[in-house]
This record gives sequence, C-alpha cells and structure tokens, in this order.
Amino acid sequence: MAEAAQSAHEGDTTRRDFIYIAGASVGAVGVAATIWPFIDQMNPAADTRAMSTTEVDLAAISEGQQIKVMWQGKPVFVRHRTPAEIASAQRDDFATLKDPQTDAERLVQENGEAGQPAWLILQASCTHLGCVPTFVEGSSFGGWFCPCHGSDYDTSGRIRRGPAPKNLHVAPYVFTGPTAIRIG
Amino acid sequence: MSGPSTYEPQSGITRWLDRRLPIIRLAHDSFVAYPTPRNLNYWWTFGAMLSLCLIVQIVTGIVLAMHYVPHINMAFASVQRLERDVPFGWLIQNIHAVGASMFFLAVYIHMFRGLYYGSYKAPRELLWILGCVIYLLMVATGFLGYTLPWGQMSFWGATVITNLLGALPLVGESIKNWLSGGFSIDQPTINRFFSLHYLLPFVIAGVVALHVWALHETGQNNPVGVEVKSKADTVPFTPHATIKDLFATTLFVILFAVFVFYMPDALGHADNFIPADPLKTPPEIVPEWYLLPFYAILRAFDFNIGPIDSKLAGVLAMFASIGVLFILPWLDTSRVRSMRYRPIARQFFVIFAVVCFVLGWCGGQNPGNILFKVAPFEATLNWIDGGQVTERSIQASSAGQWQEAADAAREEARAQGAAMTAVIRTGATTGTIRAVTGGSAQTRSVHGDTADLLEEHITEVKEEVGQAAPFFSIERSSPARFTVTNLSLLLTIYYFAFFLLILPILGLRERPERVPDTIAKPVTGEAQGAS
Repeated sequence: MAEAAQSAHEGDTTRRDFIYIAGASVGAVGVAATIWPFIDQMNPAADTRAMSTTEVDLAAISEGQQIKVMWQGKPVFVRHRTPAEIASAQRDDFATLKDPQTDAERLVQENGEAGQPAWLILQASCTHLGCVPTFVEGSSFGGWFCPCHGSDYDTSGRIRRGPAPKNLHVAPYVFTGPTAIRIG
Repeated sequence: MSGPSTYEPQSGITRWLDRRLPIIRLAHDSFVAYPTPRNLNYWWTFGAMLSLCLIVQIVTGIVLAMHYVPHINMAFASVQRLERDVPFGWLIQNIHAVGASMFFLAVYIHMFRGLYYGSYKAPRELLWILGCVIYLLMVATGFLGYTLPWGQMSFWGATVITNLLGALPLVGESIKNWLSGGFSIDQPTINRFFSLHYLLPFVIAGVVALHVWALHETGQNNPVGVEVKSKADTVPFTPHATIKDLFATTLFVILFAVFVFYMPDALGHADNFIPADPLKTPPEIVPEWYLLPFYAILRAFDFNIGPIDSKLAGVLAMFASIGVLFILPWLDTSRVRSMRYRPIARQFFVIFAVVCFVLGWCGGQNPGNILFKVAPFEATLNWIDGGQVTERSIQASSAGQWQEAADAAREEARAQGAAMTAVIRTGATTGTIRAVTGGSAQTRSVHGDTADLLEEHITEVKEEVGQAAPFFSIERSSPARFTVTNLSLLLTIYYFAFFLLILPILGLRERPERVPDTIAKPVTGEAQGAS
C-alpha cells in the first residue's frame, strides 16, 4: 500500500493529472466555442455580403463623364476617359511614381483580361484616410484631388502628390457585354 | 489608510441594518470619516467634478436613448426632433453634448494634476493605471457617441477612425470589416455603436469604483508629495473636502451652464448639422476638440520609417501616446513626487503642457498649411515663339539604355540647331523628341505663396501664350518651408521624449530642492491647535 502511494506520488503521470488536463482542455474548448459566436456576429452579415456586386450600364455615360455607383456601400468611380486623359495617363507610365503602375495594369479586369482604355473603374476612397476625392479640372495632374489632406491623383488614379501611400484602388470588375460591367 | 471604522449606528434601524448590510458604515468610512491631507489645493477638487460629469452623462444619456433612433435614415432626424419637439429635449440633448466636453476638460486637468504632483508614483501605480483605463474608455465612448447624430462629421470621423485600423498589416482589413459590420460605415455600424455607447459608461462607472477603492487604500497624494505621517496631517473628508469640492464644483457647473444655455453648439463642428452623405466628403475632417492632440500625432508622419509606412507610423504613434501613460510609473525614476521640489522637471513639465496645447492646435489645422517659408514658390517658363517644330521618334535598344538614347537624340537635335527640345517617353524603349529651331526665345517667371497657387499661375501663363509656343520648359523651385505637419512631428517627438527620455534621465540626475522646515521638522503640535 505504502509502495503504491509512493509510486503514485513520484510517477510522471497519474489518472488525476490526466483528468486535470482533459478537464481544462474541454473547458477551454467550451469557452472558445461560446465566445466565438459573440465575436463572429459582428462580421458582415449574409445580406450585407449578398449585396457585394453591382451592375453598371456604360451606354449612358458619355465621353468625359463620370458616375459614382455604390458597391458594398462604398462609392466607385466609373469614368469614361477622353483621348486626352488616356494619352496623359499613358504618357506618365514612366514618370516618377510613388506607387509605380502602368495605365494598362490599372485597367486589367478581375479575370485577368485587359480592360478598355476609355473605362477606368476606381474605388472612390482616398488611400490616405478614406475620404472621397473629387474630380477637379484644376488638379495639378488633371485627375482626382482629395479635399481632406490634399492627395493629388492623375488621370489613371495614380498618386502623384500628397500624403496617400497608394494609387486609388481599382475596383474588381469584368465586362459582361460591350457596354456593361459588373463590379465585385 | 482609513484605519478601524469609527461609525456608530445611532438608531435601532441603523443598528439592525449595520449588522446585516454595513452600507452606511461603508459610506461613512469613505466619505465622512475618511482622512484627507489637510494641505490639498483646488487642483484636488476635479475628482468630484468628474463623478458629477459621469452621473450627468448617464442620466441624460438614458433619457436621450428613449427618443433616439439608431438608423441611418432616421438618426439625424431623431436628434433634430429631440431638439425641437420633445419637451425639454433641447435642454437634455445640449447638456449631454456639452457634458462630453466638460467631462474631458475636467479629466485633462485631473491628469495634468497627477502628472505634476507625481500622483502616479509608488504606491499609487495601480490607481494611476486605473485612471488611464477610465480615460481610454472615455475616449472610446466619446468617439462612439459623436457618431450617433449621423451628421457629416459623425460619418466621416467614423470612416477615418475605422480606416486607421485598416493600416495594421495583414489583419487590418478584417478587423475593419468586423468593427463596422460591413464594407463601409453603414446601418450595422450605427446599431452597434449605439449599443456600445450605452454600455461603456457603466463599464466606466465600474472602473471608477475600483479607482476610488485604490485611492482609499493608498490615501490621497498631496501638493508636497510627502506621505501624511499622522492623524494630525489629515482632516476628515466631511466637512472639509466635501465643502471644498462642492464650492469648486459649483464654479464648474456655472461654466457648464454658460455653455449649455448660451453657446450649446460652440464646441461642436458646424458640418455635423449636415446629414451624413457617404458620397460627399466634408472639406476637412476633424474630431472634437478633446481628441485634437492625438489627431495631430496621427498626422505627424508624412514619410515612411523603414518597413513602416507613414500611415501605420501615425496609427502606432497615436496609440503609443496613450499607451505610454500606462507605464509612466516605471519611467519616472525620481524619488521626489511633487514637481514643487523638482526645479528642472517643472520647466520640462510646463513645456510639455504647452506642447499638448499646440498639438491640439495643429490637429485642427490643414496639415499642409505652411507656417514659414524662406521664399515664395517660383517657376521659370521658357518657350520659343514662332519656331519650326520637328518631331522624330527615339528607339532605345533596351529599357536600361533609354536615358542614353534620349540624351543622344537631344544632343543630335541641338547640333542641328534646335533651340529647345522636349523628350516624351511613350514606352519602355520608345519615345519621341520634339525640337524647335528658329523663333525667339521667351522667358517668364511666376511665383505664388503655395505650390497650388504656383501651378495656377503657370497654367495662366500657358493659356495666355497658347498655341504660340509648341511646348514649355518649366523650372520649378520650392523654397525650404515649415508646415503644420513638420511642427506636429517636432511636438510629437517632445511628447514621447518627455516620457521616455526626460523623466527617466532627469530623475537620476536632478538635484531636488531642500524639503522645507515645515515638513522636515515636527510642527504637528501647533497644527493640531489650529484645527
């Protein structure tokens, strides 16, 4: 009897150790499983995620015009660029850029196919702190200008001056017809 | 600190209660018999005001929640209805809105008091940290509350702040979507912000209870920073501190009332009276005045620091500026509590206070605003009037040799008598060169106060000259200048240096002033007579 007690005392693992570890593990899993729904409920809900694509008819947008459409609750610029804007965007492909990208790279569709130079689809939120840039003719680069902190973008939506670290993000889009696109 | 309880129930009912739930005893020991240092000055009265503020915010907030509708299309109108139609809604809404500002005013004075008199030093480290927790909760509550009226500033403030979290690497975007419950600030956001704005004040109340508990365990610090040694150094909380707090709080309430009744909107931003519009950014986005210093720190970085881009650097600095307060008790190495006896530290403290104010000013300014510059922005435009333009293409053998090919083409054109050339790169290895021969060289200088004005003047000249010039060569010179961002960076550096360098080093090097005789020598006998 004394021998058995001693071996239990000195032994590396006992039934009791196992019960402690198993009990604590079940408890930890239980706590995690209980907490997770309370954390996950704050993520975008199914209806919010369902509204994740937007169809745009391009036929109504004439050259030099731009419309703002809502995609996932955020504004997106759909710009019908003039030949002058396209030329200026392509000319600056080799200018000194903070976030180097060619105009052609910025037109690529979500499926990897090349876009059309006339149509530029951009997320309308400044990469600095998310304000909506305005299309100002007097912007130093002929493109977008953020009124919040003065970030200046060119006709390809590339950052040229100001605090924004990145070019305006291209919204993921595909041409679903000659004059129709789907965003998202 | 408090010692054994001196409460003696006077009536049968209180004796009955005391044996079952000694709640009157607790109140008596905490707010009547509690010994308070007899040398406390008026800077020690802000705790009482803060308690009042919390109660006022909770009471008015509960009433507002009875009328407020947390819906993107109805929130703004429901606040307007509160102000116009609900009986006394205008009063309660204004008290709540002004109350937030008064709460922060009092808490800042309370914090500077603690900083000056070393109230964070042993044994009050935990008391200080609990205070920092309360402050952090207040900032969160204030921000959430400011979102609820769903005006332009509410919406865009929330957008800017949630985008801050997007700056974090890898997890940023997920956290941002998790917090706003969607891909932008929308209905799920306003709903949860309302819920949390209602919850947090009660969390604050809980932490305040811990803060007071910790305070009553260690006892109050006092202006000389020397621990009270005997009962003779203290007076009972009631009536001494009670009356003093009441008097100071009365003055505070008068100031409060002046704002509520005479200028209820003076502390807010006019843009928040425009309903939120996700498609239109206000010309400037600024937080409420009490968060401006942190906003200035956020925007102080306009350059990348190694792998950390400027945006993340700003976010980290902003959180660190509050985080550093939590470890302050271990940063200050001086054994002397009160800066009354630290002549050098006192001067750095005054600079620190000024820095905080100026940071607040910077936070309200457009960061690109130029404070000083050595000369105006200048540009020289050169063009050829009435020359012959020739155009030729350039082909480089590889992208790496583009520069050489362009230079060679330019040399060649000049050798052929061109007065001016312009090279335009159209591809990795291709480009065109335009050269003008003959004609008369023209030059014009323009200058402007800002880079934007200069560009405007350049455009004016170009339009004026028009087709007469095939192209322009423009040399721009920007003067050395000092902007609000540069100033914010300097102030941010001082802010952190004060905590991370000055206090740790000064504490070891500084020679404190001599302890006055009134403290060093026992004079308690006389003091007892005076009380």
